[in-house]
Amino acid sequence: MENNKLLVINNISVIYSDVIQVLKGVSLSVEPGQVVSLLGSNGAGKTTTLKAISGLLKPENGEVTEGSVLFDGKPIHNHSPETITRAGIIQVLEGRQPFKYLTIEENLRVGTATRWGKPYRQDLDKVYHYFPALTKRRKTLAGYCSGGEMQMLVIGRALMAHPKLLLLDEPSLGLAPLIVREIFQIIERINREDGTTIVLVEQNANMALQIATYGYVMENGKIVMEGRAEELRENPDVKEFYLGMGAAGTAKSYRDVKAYKRRKRWL
Amino acid sequence: MDFFIQLLINGISIGFLYGLSAMGFVMIFKSSSVLNFAHGEILAFGAFLFLALVTWAQLPIWLGFLVTLAGSFVLGFVIERIFLRPLIGELLIYVIMLTVGLAAMFKGGMLLVWGGNLYTYPDFLPEGLGINWGIVQVPPVYVAAVIIGSLFLLMFGLFFKFSSQGIYMRSVADNQTAALSLGVHVRRVFALSWAIAAMVAGISGIVLGIINGITVHELSSVGLKVFPVVILGGLDSIGGAIIGGLIIGLLETFTGGYLSPSLRDVVPYIALVFILLVKPYGLFGLAEIERV
Repeated sequence: MENNKLLVINNISVIYSDVIQVLKGVSLSVEPGQVVSLLGSNGAGKTTTLKAISGLLKPENGEVTEGSVLFDGKPIHNHSPETITRAGIIQVLEGRQPFKYLTIEENLRVGTATRWGKPYRQDLDKVYHYFPALTKRRKTLAGYCSGGEMQMLVIGRALMAHPKLLLLDEPSLGLAPLIVREIFQIIERINREDGTTIVLVEQNANMALQIATYGYVMENGKIVMEGRAEELRENPDVKEFYLGMGAAGTAKSYRDVKAYKRRKRWL
Repeated sequence: MDFFIQLLINGISIGFLYGLSAMGFVMIFKSSSVLNFAHGEILAFGAFLFLALVTWAQLPIWLGFLVTLAGSFVLGFVIERIFLRPLIGELLIYVIMLTVGLAAMFKGGMLLVWGGNLYTYPDFLPEGLGINWGIVQVPPVYVAAVIIGSLFLLMFGLFFKFSSQGIYMRSVADNQTAALSLGVHVRRVFALSWAIAAMVAGISGIVLGIINGITVHELSSVGLKVFPVVILGGLDSIGGAIIGGLIIGLLETFTGGYLSPSLRDVVPYIALVFILLVKPYGLFGLAEIERV
């Protein structure tokens, strides 16, 4: 059964600097072509989970100490980012990190690093087709672009690498609601048109559960709940704690915050 | 008047060479934030390698030049591989101290082999390369310096602007984590920037050797002169390194010509202090792009 999974995480623990344990036995799996979203509050370990997949723990002195990460059936935990990216996993970092002193087009060209020397013209056209806003600004230094353009740029840059699995870390962070909607529509199109499998970490649970097929909820370095996106959307706990609805399903008012007595059931 | 023009031309040609060697220094700083104190010694090594190849090994000049370039390239690569790679992730000050140690080691090694004597290359530049327009007379060496300097600057400029590998190198300088997340081979970029920097230093070593003669002390002190040049140009700007090189080169030759030869090594530093008072980022340093 595990054979048709693109990514399988078996019970991993992650420890930073040999002392700080951030993940305590996280397991999840992703099937090809799925959009899987990973929800949870700040510090739950979502970003660390992504970094455990993409190999970016190492520069931060983190390590997968137990368990395994399998991509296409092969173990990749604690491998270097250079090998993992070449296997087809690209992470889009949290907080939009463009190369500020490179132009938009040069930024996109860095995305070809995993297949240096191969032609990339068509891929540039594809990215400009997904993000027409970037076309006009291809010669502008990325540091002078708006937040929305930067987010489009870093997603586009990752697409240049032909990822089989795209890890998106909070693409909605600090963006206006209309831009967020636009970006989520494009993420959905990337998944549909290119067949790229996507793991999406989000605070904006509402948006994330709309485009995801499956979801996981994390708390304190553990997965506390999982299910199909429709099920999660209907789950009373998820509704109250992540979608901002009252227990009865009506929009919650800040006036009621003091009456907050219900405990999260899984704690 | 002709004295002035003579000094101007000397200054420009020396300035190009300073700019060229500063470029190598800036490249290492940009990609890995390491200040390379062994830069002058690597430069001197290039000059001596060329000397050995054309006098002892009796290679033709063009072949000797190419072999020196290749040799310096490999030297930079090997230095990065053996000495710097184990220190990746350690405090920067250790790495910088390591380059100070390397400088002493190289200088000692070269003094051991060649001693502190002054050598000269055999005269190989064709007389026709010189310019003779009545009052303006430019010896062939200076013409060669300007040609070689601008040729290589142009080549590296194009490399960084248009080639994929050049763009990857700039991306690492810009944001290392993001470069890593896209699969840029960061260690390879470090190795490549050391190799290219050493090669560029080798080139300027040869040409400075043709102009001033080859001694270990004289050539390795160029490594120190690189500091006012790069700080003037802005530590992270390759274009600025060239302009900085020209300014320091001109200042030096004019002070040497009009004031006193013994002042020529001091004035660049004095100028540096005043320019930094006015422009603390250097003339062409990147002012941080800040958007909130």
